[in-house]
Amino acid sequence: MPRDTGIGAATLRREDVRFLTGTGEYTDDIVLAKQTYAVFARSTVAHGKIKSIDTSAAAQMPGVLAVFTGDDFVDVGGNPAGWLINSRDGEPMKEPKRPVLAHGKVRHVGDAYAAVIAETVEQARDAVEAIEADIEELPAIIDMNAALSSSTYVHDEIETNQCFDWGWIEDNREATDTAIKNAHHVTTLELVNNRLVPNAMEPRASIGSYKASTGEYTLHTTSQNPHLTRLLISAFVLGIPENMLTVIAPDVGGGFGSKIYHYGEEALVLAAAKQVGRPVKWTADRTESFLTDAHGRDHVTKIELALDAEGNFLAFRTDTKANVGAYLSNFSTATPTFLHGTLMGGNYTVPLVYVNVKAVFTNTAPVDAYRGAGRPEATYSIERVIDKAARELGMDPIELRRKNFVKPDQYPYASAAGLEYDAGNYDALMDKMEEVADISGFEARRKASEAKGLMRGLGVNAYIEACGIAPSNLVGVLGSRVGLYDAATVRVNATGNISVMVGAHSHGQGHETAFPQVVSDMLGIDASTIDIVHGDTSKIPFGMGTYGSRSLAVCGSAVVRATEKIIVKAKKIAAHMLEVTDQDISLNDGVFSVEGTNKSVTFGEVALKAYIPHDYPLESIEPGLEETAFYDPANFTYPSGAYACEVEVDPETGKVRVDRMCAVDDFGNVINPMIVTGQVHGGLAQGIGQALVEQTFYDEYGQLLSASYMDYTMPRADDLPMFQVDHSQGTPCVHNPLGVKGCGEAGAIGSPPTVVNAVVDALQSGGHNITHIDMPVTPVRVWEAMQNAK
Amino acid sequence: MSKKMHISLTVNGKQEEFLAEPRELLIYTLRERLNITGPHIGCETSHCGACTVTIDGKSVKACTMFVAQADGADVTTIEGLGNPDSLHPLQEAFKEHHGLQCGYCTPGMITRAAKLLEENPNPTEDEIRFGMAGNLCRCTGYQNIVKSIRAAATEMNAAKEAAE
Repeated sequence: MPRDTGIGAATLRREDVRFLTGTGEYTDDIVLAKQTYAVFARSTVAHGKIKSIDTSAAAQMPGVLAVFTGDDFVDVGGNPAGWLINSRDGEPMKEPKRPVLAHGKVRHVGDAYAAVIAETVEQARDAVEAIEADIEELPAIIDMNAALSSSTYVHDEIETNQCFDWGWIEDNREATDTAIKNAHHVTTLELVNNRLVPNAMEPRASIGSYKASTGEYTLHTTSQNPHLTRLLISAFVLGIPENMLTVIAPDVGGGFGSKIYHYGEEALVLAAAKQVGRPVKWTADRTESFLTDAHGRDHVTKIELALDAEGNFLAFRTDTKANVGAYLSNFSTATPTFLHGTLMGGNYTVPLVYVNVKAVFTNTAPVDAYRGAGRPEATYSIERVIDKAARELGMDPIELRRKNFVKPDQYPYASAAGLEYDAGNYDALMDKMEEVADISGFEARRKASEAKGLMRGLGVNAYIEACGIAPSNLVGVLGSRVGLYDAATVRVNATGNISVMVGAHSHGQGHETAFPQVVSDMLGIDASTIDIVHGDTSKIPFGMGTYGSRSLAVCGSAVVRATEKIIVKAKKIAAHMLEVTDQDISLNDGVFSVEGTNKSVTFGEVALKAYIPHDYPLESIEPGLEETAFYDPANFTYPSGAYACEVEVDPETGKVRVDRMCAVDDFGNVINPMIVTGQVHGGLAQGIGQALVEQTFYDEYGQLLSASYMDYTMPRADDLPMFQVDHSQGTPCVHNPLGVKGCGEAGAIGSPPTVVNAVVDALQSGGHNITHIDMPVTPVRVWEAMQNAK
Repeated sequence: MSKKMHISLTVNGKQEEFLAEPRELLIYTLRERLNITGPHIGCETSHCGACTVTIDGKSVKACTMFVAQADGADVTTIEGLGNPDSLHPLQEAFKEHHGLQCGYCTPGMITRAAKLLEENPNPTEDEIRFGMAGNLCRCTGYQNIVKSIRAAATEMNAAKEAAE
């Protein structure tokens, strides 16, 4: 077995060479023959009634080929929410239509109400300036509490700004209330999970093209899941038959959730390509990205933790308002509910969990899943309130967590929030974290910081997440309108090399390297002969895409199933060649042999035989060697971890510096440790960014004041320390064939509460009676908290 | 439409001459006119560094420079540093140390790092972090970028010593 390229090898990434040399092909790099350009007219007010749009002058501008407004799309469908949530009273959620272009009203700054197609992007931009839109400004609904009591509605037809009022688990409600009422101690915390802008470095871009002779459409787009985009456009928005629409997501420059969703610009460039008879390209500028990419988080939460006298957790009760923005983005209703409420028991043997989530429409950009999606919100609430409880009870925060951990002998563990955790060992993670983070050395480091005039704090955290969202029959019951399986085709070519078509899309995750490691390991052939094909609906059977840390756990499992089918068939061919039955054949290191004999054929010989079946058992086996598998998991996977952070806080300025950050994660089995470590690094940076610097700020008029990199702080190289990352404590997932769990989101889930816990600890050590500061914990917030605590 | 200007510049060793509107940005020239798509556009405001190129020995963000300002200049992009058959030591090091994920910031990151190592051939971790702070990466958390640059510095210094 070529162990240097199989499962567990830190194989270097084959996709790197094109990125390193500037030869990657991102959507904006693609130039189609006779390409034209789209530029959108976007609302400058947060909320307004469209009284008229006069495009006549724009249409006469040089180079202009077409102008579109919302009127052109009244007869097509809207972009739907993928998950139906019912309110506590059984009423279905409110689902106002999300049109391709705004019609009747504009509902957030950046909401597109018209588009110009022109020969050059400059001409299109000039013509957009010439559109005369008479938009009557209406009061902006920005604050969620104000939204719920307002008689001004983001969507007039639903006569409320509340999308739903969801309870989980409703049967636990009374018992939870009673437990909290009667508990020895209740710790309460009100907190904000700050709204974030995903900020993939590549702005969104799309090119629509249309072949009039056949009626075929092609969309090149910056997508994490081209098949889902095709499905949404076909079944819901434009009604183009799926066999007449190819969606290609070429190299994609990061997504972090924001490129899961279908956006109106994609439908516009397709419709426009048909009308003008030429390809139409649109590329967002950064401010458009800030204004229109789906944002993340934005929860306002009150959480209560009830404990007995010994520190045992009795109940978590959570009350959350979740901002969904102006329109329901595709996963926006699942994120604050089933990806959040179901995790509200954390890693703990708490018997009662109740979560209430009110989703609120506001005149802001849509909010949807962003790296972690619901699980960072759950973890932040739980791990902050536990830290506060430990302080109130005078208990060690690590010991309080350990006391309540689910123990290794309790799996499968039915959590009070409705999930069945399949495997884990939280104490082992905590042990490892204490070792790697050198917790015992903290007091000495604190003294050293104090000698420099700085306050030093230690924060810890334990998290669990649910990844590889599944199974379809369960998510269907819970309201999902899609299945959550994935698919792969393994095609063995006649000369023995292999193409693997996968439904997951790689936009930084290294699938082109990691997936071949799996196939290589199973077949015993070198990974360099195995190629991954992804991102093109015309080449791949189907796929649900890349999000929720699902690629390897779900799509990787489909690759395993398809490869197993290849092995079954190849053994039959080998058996024929060796004149034995297929039960006698074993496969080792790419060689099929008859046990107990020296008879053997190589994998390559079998492949050739499959395609040149001159002497071949055609009566029992078809020629060719290609197999497809769809894999629908039995359960979520449950990565977990223990994190530690040490910060230094400057008492003069309130500036927080992360000095040490340690992440110990259980991802189950690891295919490529180099890639996994890199994924954790990125998640940590985004989580530290959320905790310390990233702030999305809408003013009372709904203007996004943080719509550029001058105003929205991104973590930079000199803001971050070297991270300590460990994933040696893996407990394999018990229900997928690889035993893998998913690593993409962990860092962003585990780090925010760890950082804030550390800041509070630092401030307490400096004698400041501060129990909470909302994220981002900027210098001004820390300084103000110190002044207010005096 | 303003009168077009005659522009002449060298890009990756090749002489280029053309007429351009005064408002044409250098990044547009590279990507749309010369089909050099290694430098990317991430923000149009000089903040992210995805468009970083080297102009007459200085790191420049091509998204906020008019091509007219680069008239007569010598421009190097990622395409001028190495190619798939012959990688620059920084390109090798980024591959070896997993210094990239989605790859979008990478051309600017490496172009900037090459200049940084010319300015300071043996930088400390802090000097690398400070020297690279003008280039945003959303994927890597910068750790492996820092490691890659450090490794490339060591490699390049050793090669230089061996040559002397």
